This record gives sequence, structure tokens and C-alpha cells, in this order.
Amino acid sequence: MELYAILKIVWWLLLGVLLVGLAVMVGMDMGIGAALRYFGRTDGERRAVLNMIGPHWDGNQVWFILGGGAVFAAWPTIYATAFSGLYVVMLLLLWSMIIRPLGFEYRSKMPSATWRGVWDWGLFVSGAVPMVIFGAAMGNMLQGVPFHFNWNMESWYTGSFLGLLNPFAILCGLMALALALYQGAAMVMNRGEGGVWERARRLGIWSGGIALALFTIGGFWVSRLAGYAITSGADPAGPAMPLHKTVVMVQGGWLHNFTAHPVLWLLPALTYGAVLLGMAMLRSGRSHAGWWLGALGWIGTIGTVGAAMFPFMMPSSTNPSQSLTVWDASSSRMTLMWMLGWTVVFVPIVVTYTSWAFWVMRGKVTPEHVENDDHAY
Amino acid sequence: MHDLATVVDLSRWQFAATALYHFLFVPLTLGLSFLLAAMETVYVTTGRQIYKDMARFWGKLFAINFALGVATGLTMEFEFGTNWSQYSRFVGDVFGAPLAIEGLMAFFLESTFVGLMLFGWNRMSRGKHLIVTYMVALGSNLSALWILIANGFMQAPHGAAFDPVTKRMQLTSFTDLIFNHDAQAKFVHTSIAGYVTAAIFVTGISGWYMLKGRHMEIAKRSFRMAALFGVFATIGVISLGDALGFIDGQAQPEKLVAMEALWKTEKPPVGFNLIAIPDQKEQRNLYTVQVPKVLTPLVTRTFDTVIPGADQLEREAVQRMKNGIPAVEALRTLSKDPKDAAAMARFKAHEKDMGYALLLQRYAPDLTKATPADFQKAAKDVIPNVPIIFWSFRIMVAAGFAMLIYLIVATVCSLNNRVQDRRWLLKLAPWFIPVPFIACEVGWLVAELGRQPWTVYNILPTWISASTHTVGYMIFSLTGFILIYTAFIVVEMYLMLKFIRQGPEPHPPGGADTAGPALAGTSH
Repeated sequence: MELYAILKIVWWLLLGVLLVGLAVMVGMDMGIGAALRYFGRTDGERRAVLNMIGPHWDGNQVWFILGGGAVFAAWPTIYATAFSGLYVVMLLLLWSMIIRPLGFEYRSKMPSATWRGVWDWGLFVSGAVPMVIFGAAMGNMLQGVPFHFNWNMESWYTGSFLGLLNPFAILCGLMALALALYQGAAMVMNRGEGGVWERARRLGIWSGGIALALFTIGGFWVSRLAGYAITSGADPAGPAMPLHKTVVMVQGGWLHNFTAHPVLWLLPALTYGAVLLGMAMLRSGRSHAGWWLGALGWIGTIGTVGAAMFPFMMPSSTNPSQSLTVWDASSSRMTLMWMLGWTVVFVPIVVTYTSWAFWVMRGKVTPEHVENDDHAY
Repeated sequence: MHDLATVVDLSRWQFAATALYHFLFVPLTLGLSFLLAAMETVYVTTGRQIYKDMARFWGKLFAINFALGVATGLTMEFEFGTNWSQYSRFVGDVFGAPLAIEGLMAFFLESTFVGLMLFGWNRMSRGKHLIVTYMVALGSNLSALWILIANGFMQAPHGAAFDPVTKRMQLTSFTDLIFNHDAQAKFVHTSIAGYVTAAIFVTGISGWYMLKGRHMEIAKRSFRMAALFGVFATIGVISLGDALGFIDGQAQPEKLVAMEALWKTEKPPVGFNLIAIPDQKEQRNLYTVQVPKVLTPLVTRTFDTVIPGADQLEREAVQRMKNGIPAVEALRTLSKDPKDAAAMARFKAHEKDMGYALLLQRYAPDLTKATPADFQKAAKDVIPNVPIIFWSFRIMVAAGFAMLIYLIVATVCSLNNRVQDRRWLLKLAPWFIPVPFIACEVGWLVAELGRQPWTVYNILPTWISASTHTVGYMIFSLTGFILIYTAFIVVEMYLMLKFIRQGPEPHPPGGADTAGPALAGTSH
């Protein structure tokens, strides 16, 4: 296989890695934000919960920023088409997300209960809404998005805002939220005690179960969705130009890859196995294992979507032949090569110091300790 | 309704407003992170508790500012895609790379360590914590480097070429992209401007404390460190600004025209317009106060180099439009038949002026039917908004010199240990706080408004860079940003003022320095 084609596949896999990083790390923080008012009954408990991820949420959020940057650099056509096409949804995602840094930093800076209550709801919105939209965006990719290009590659989105929040997309969004709640609950168990710990355990088990139920419904739904298939003109090593191929829509087409390569069934199996085992771990109080199993659950889920769609990334429902695929939406060979070099060097460094940061801040966080710290949230 | 011109205008307003807003918080982060590191260095090397109290107090203000910097930075990351999707698709292959590297190499560093810096005081040794603080400073400054490398490509595109098959710019040399002179000079200029901002911020607040007779020990020391740091930084900012002017004068003559209100090409050496009232429509200055013969040596480092005025640049633009038309036509042919060798040859011959033909296309959608009037209209577009840029530039330079004088006086008084007696200086200090912020904002205007009418200089015109939204979408997003950003700034200013008024606590509750870990740890 030619180098350019290999690079495209490598970057498709790296996109998966980044999405998993985002889903696990940012999802965990968002799950905690969304359920803050449930985890903590008193202000002291809530502050304790916030401070469990206080030193980390900012670093974690960079997975999201890096995800955006990497899509821009490696898949510029997708970045441009998806971000502009899903305009209103993207803005809702952005606006809810930017409340979060302020929620963490400003919430406990004033003693007023009203002030803190408002920020608590702000953290709920900035946890729940982005996760639902994140999942819904995935759901829309599975269904295809109504867009097309002019001869000069000017892109036009022809759907409505509400079209993006269709039932299937909402289902995917709720599943993402459920997994995020699971991940957040596992983290709160890792660092919490008493009532906080008990409530986190209950929520973690419930949300794991709900996530699996939604995953199952979603799976059956996908098997009835129209998938997409390339019929001619795709050149894996060719220049990134999405206008020179033909694509047809096939009922149940997203199962095609699974039929052709049954080994791929291991991916959805991983989701079931990891989340079920994770729920058992949370139940027996082994939340660290539960956290890592939740991360595996995300790998299974994102992997399942990727495997179903490959080589499609952003299908066009109104002009299927202009769908964006791994073969025609990437950057040039030189850019992919350079970016791979930077990634290979820096991702291990990032993982190393992130792990160090978690290790330094390890241990339980309780309301009493937060009270005594000048810098705590 | 797809009213392209309105959508582009609204997209520009939105981008400028959100970028300028973001840029209110970034300079302080860039500079304050180094000042925090400097204070902590003194603490670690001398072991004197007061420097730790200083680092912790300024660290608190740093955190309030930092949160909003992070939040509004997210917007920037989104906005290229949401509102400038044609631009993003066109240059993503080149422009996206430094942005992604920024995340990977700089923002991860900054954001991971900022948590440890704020929460980890009692979790690690002094030496380790000092390294953590330096990592925050390094990360934020590296962040600025990569952002400005990306911006450098918009200003002076190097290291990429247009690909007629994929119809976008593609990377040809990564080293040319990152060692872009414009980017390097602007990085140093911008990051040091951040140091000046932080220096003025710290002297302003410290001066106010001294005036009120509060926190004298912390205020005196903070004032001295910041003033000294600020003097060097201001000298750096001014000299790099001068270098940047030299680079821009060659790379972007239209920006120079706007900065100096040079309507006509004149025999060198030409005079420097100290004050002018430029009239863009009439293309002349209604009133000027001029220093004769000074501009040519300032900008070109010679006495006999001709500086092209607006008249000459417009004539050249018309020529380049004419020369670029065949490239656009050939591109259309190539999109139907990518193997047409004649069309490819025609494209290659006219490629360098394609951007100008695209500029003309705004007035003549069918380029073959362009009238002389269309050419004239498009040529006028080549000159950016002279009055705004002319005055922004002057405000920036005046602010720079005013801050230099203030900081020199402040340093001298402070080193003589007389600053607490110079009440006029202490009264002046807080009033100086807005000055660097204003200078940064107008500096952004000079750089980015001066780049118009291009998003990528001489290659991609702004009018075809925006997403194909409806006016309604734009009104929706602008309204949302105005509401949210207004609320944010009110809250931020409120907290900032509250914590400034409250001042440093020499002995944090719980005696965090000597008592056990503030957050529970395994040591319990």
C-alpha cells in the first residue's frame, strides 16, 4: 500500500485515539459537572467533588482542544464542513462549554448560596449539554448530513437546525451522557468518601446500565439505517478531493464491514464486556478498576462507530457522492507526515506528565480539607 | 437569506470582537506567569516566606484571569471552522498544523501544570513546585509562539503552494512555515507586550496598596520586581515593533500605506505624518503635521528607496488582476478535466496573481466580463482602512513610550527605596493599568485590519473566506456572544476587584505553609 494511503489510515486511527481521550477525560469531568448537585448534598460536599478534578479539568479539556486542532490539521475538509454545517449545534456546544472554566474557578470565590447555586446549574449545563451534542454529532455522522459542494469546493449546508437533533441523534447523545456519568461517578468514588461515595456508586451502576441499553437500541437502529458504500472512483492514495467518486446508499449498509470482517464484532462486545464488568466493580467498591473499564467501554463504542462507517467519515445525505471519506478529506501527505512526527514525540510526553499530575494529587478529598485550603475551588 | 456581503461583514465583526475580547486576557497570562515564576524563584533561593505570599496572591489574580482566557480561547478554536469554513478548508493543510502542535506541545503543558501550580503547593518539594510554575510560563509562551506562526502564514504566506487538484493551499516546506520572519518577530513583540501588561498590572495594584498604606512589604517588593521586569520588556517591545515595521514595510506595503497614510508615491526621502486626518474616499489627508524626510530611513533603513503609495499599489493591483484571470479560468477547466495539460500550463503561468482575480470576482462574478469600473472598485479594496489603522498605530506607539517613561521612573524610585514617598507616582500607577491593554488591542487592529482585504495575504480574499450562513444564523450567534461575553466580563471584573481590594493574606487560613497538606493526601 502506498505511504499516503497508510498515513490516512494512521490518522483515522489517531482521530479515534483523540476522540477516546476526549470522551474519557473530558467526559469524566462533564459527568461530574452534570451530576454535581446529586453527588454533593451540602455545599461542602459539592466543593469536595469539584476539587477532586479541580487540578485536572483544565489539562483534561486540552483533549478537546487538541481534538479540534488535529481535525483541523489532518482532516481540514471535515473540520470546515462539520463545524460550519452544524453551526447552531456547535455554538450551543461552545457556549455551554465555556461556562465550565468559570464555573470551576469562580463558583467558590463568593460565599453567597445563590451565587454558588447559579454556578452549580452552570456546571450542570456545561456538563450535560456538550456530552449530548458530542454524541448527537456522532449520530448525525452515522445518518449522513445534508451538505454539498460547488465546483470550487465551497460547502453548503441545506438542513435545518432541528434536523440535527433528530431522535436517533438524541439517542446517541444520551448514550454519551450516560457513559460520561459512569466515568465521572467512578472518579468520584476514587476520591470521595461517605455519602458522596455511596451516591456515586449508585449513579455509576445505573448510568452504566442505561448506556448499555441505549447502545443496544442504537445498534438495532443502525442496522436499519441507510449506510453508504463507494461504488467507484475512490483512490486511497489519491489527492484529497471528494468530488470524483460515486457513492450509493444501502439499507443496513453500516453492517457491511462487520459481515466482511467478523472480528470487528469484538468492538461492540468490548463495550458490553467492559461496562458490565465495570458495573460489577463499582458495586463491589473497586472503583479504580471500574474507571479503567469505563475507558475500555468508550474504546469499544467509538471503535464500533468507526468500524461501521469506515472509510466514511462524514457522509452527505443530499449528495452521497460528495461524502467525505478517509481517502478524500485528509491533509496532504507532507502535513500528515509532519503531524505524525509531532504526535509520536509529544503524546507520550503528555501522557507521562498527566499521569504524574494525577499521582501528585492522588488521595481522598473531603469537605474538611477543602475548607482549609486557600486555593481550593 | 444568503446575503453574502452582510454575512461576511457580520462574520468579521464577530471574529474581531471575540478575538479582541480573548486578547484582553492572554497578554496578562503571558507576562504574569513569568512574574510568578520570578517571585517563586526568589522564594526558593532565599527561603523568605514573603515571596511565597506574593506568588500566591498574584497567583490568585492570575487564576481569575486565566479562566476567562481559557474559556474565550475555546471560541477561537471553533470559529475558524464555524464561521470561516471556506478559509479553513483552503488553508487547513498548512494553518491547522501549528494550531494542532500548539495544543500538543504548549496548551497541554500550560493547562496540566497550572492545576498543579495552584493546588500543589503542599504536595511537592519547593524545587518541584518551582519547576511546575516555570512549565506554566513556558507553556503559555509556547502557545503564543504557535498561534503566531499560524497567524504569520496569514500575513506572509511561506512554505505552501496552491494545489489545482485539491483546490487548496498545501504544505511545501514545514521549516519555511515555522521560520517565517513575520511570525518570529511578531511572536517576540506580542509575548513581550504581555510582559509589559503584567508589569503595569502589578505596579498599578502595588502602587495603590502603598498609597493606602496596606500590605507595604508585599507591595514594595512586587512593585520593584514588576517595574524592573517592565523596563526591559518595554524596550524589547519597542525595538521588536520597529523590526516588525521594517518587515511589514517590505512584505505588506498596503499595511504600511495605512499605518502612515501614504496616498501618493513621492520622491524619497518622504516625511513622517505625525498627525493626519486621512480621508479614504478622497485618498488624501485633510490635515497633516509632518516631520520631513524621516519616514524613508525609518522604514527602509535607506534614504533613497521609494515607498509605494496607495496610487501605485492600486495600479499594480489592476495589473495583477488582469494577469490572474487566466488562472481562475484554467482552474475551472481543470475541475472538469484534471488531465488538460494546456489548462495546467496556463494555470501555472498565472498562478501567482490568482488571488487578485478572486478579489476582482467580487465585483465581476464572470471575470471575462469585468469592466474597467469593476477593476477600479477592486483596486480600491487593496488599501485597508487607513483612518483606523493610522490612529491605532499611533495610539499603540504613544502608549509604548508613555509606559517606558513611567516604568523607568518607577524603577528608579523603587531602587532608591523612595517609591512609597512619591505619592504622585503611586496615584498615577493604577491609572496606567488600562494603557497596556489598550495598546494590545489597537496593536491587534493594526496587524489584522491592516491585512485586509485578505485572509491569506495576496492569496485568499476575505470576501470568499466565510461560511455560507444565513444572516439569521449570524444574528443568532452574535447576540449569543454579546450576552454571554458581557455577563462574563462583569463577573470577572467584579471578582478581580474584590480580590484586589481584599489583598494578600500573609498567613493563609490553616497555615498552609507549615501545617499539613491542604487537601487530603496519602500522607494522612
